[in-house]
Amino acid sequence: MSGAMPQWAWAALTILGLAAVTAISRNVFLWSRRELRFPEPLQRALQMAPLAAIVAITAPEIFLSQGHLIETWRDARLFAAVTATAAYAWRPGVLGPLVAGLAVYLPLRLALGW
Amino acid sequence: MIRLRDLPHDAHFRRGARDMLPFGPGLAAWGLVTGVAMTQSGLGVGLSLLMTFTVYAGSAQLASLPLIASGAPMWVIWASAFCVNLRFAIFSSHWRVHLGHLPRRRRVVLGYLLADLNLLVFQKQWQGEGHQTGQARYAAGGAATVWIIWQATSVAGILLSSMVPLEWGLGFAGTLSMLGMAYSMLSERTAWVAAIVSGAAAVAAFSLPLKLNILVAIAAAVAATLVMNQAGKALQAMRPKTPR
Repeated sequence: MSGAMPQWAWAALTILGLAAVTAISRNVFLWSRRELRFPEPLQRALQMAPLAAIVAITAPEIFLSQGHLIETWRDARLFAAVTATAAYAWRPGVLGPLVAGLAVYLPLRLALGW
Repeated sequence: MIRLRDLPHDAHFRRGARDMLPFGPGLAAWGLVTGVAMTQSGLGVGLSLLMTFTVYAGSAQLASLPLIASGAPMWVIWASAFCVNLRFAIFSSHWRVHLGHLPRRRRVVLGYLLADLNLLVFQKQWQGEGHQTGQARYAAGGAATVWIIWQATSVAGILLSSMVPLEWGLGFAGTLSMLGMAYSMLSERTAWVAAIVSGAAAVAAFSLPLKLNILVAIAAAVAATLVMNQAGKALQAMRPKTPR
């Protein structure tokens, strides 16, 4: 954690910066009165960046624990991720897989301590 | 120029607000989950409220939670959120056609409030039309409905889940939501390549300091898709032309 700043202040500052990120990204082409265009090659290059960012953050949350690959199969996260994947394959959407995943995750974690 | 307090009586505004209602239940569930994920990632009630009322971008919020929890540097968190939010930059070039005539202050405030769903509904309503009177008010109506439903359910999620002990690990709901989001973005082959490269790189480079593995993974995925597109073009050029 950064230096002398209390943790909540650090988090609050981070959050306000994120608010600026929202405001900026939603106004890139609204800010100026002049007509600006998104250069086609750049648009194509960045097309996959959002997906990449989401996967980059999600994958370690599922497969790593304390910075190492999970060594035991008895991890509630793995079963939840597999269940969510199956649920998505059965019926695409975001909420269905989430509910199915949690339905597996919480019992495993709370009852079995995985 | 219409005044803010006259908006609720404006026909275009009301229609914009009404057209968003069918999406209410999905929006509500999504807001609830985001609220739960925020408190359960360890942010606490105060910071979660600050986040929902200022950041107001569900997927960027969810994505930044694990990074905040692990104490990643601010600039890495902001850069990652910006990548997640890049679609908004592209959307803003669509909004420009319809909102470009407004004074800058209104443009920017409205721009900040307009999310994915708003553009979807707006474009369905004004199919392929250029600038028309009433469009800004219509968009504002939709923005109002989305904002109210999202914030109400998000706050409900924050308050309800603040009673759940962190040991339950309910913050994993955020990860599961992102998993579903990622699956729904896997449209074409390039997307699969981007996802696999990014996921593998983020795990393999996890020991990098400052959570740089996230940015390395995004860069690797973007590079991989560029190479793949170029290779695809080269192959196409080599092939004899056959009508498909």
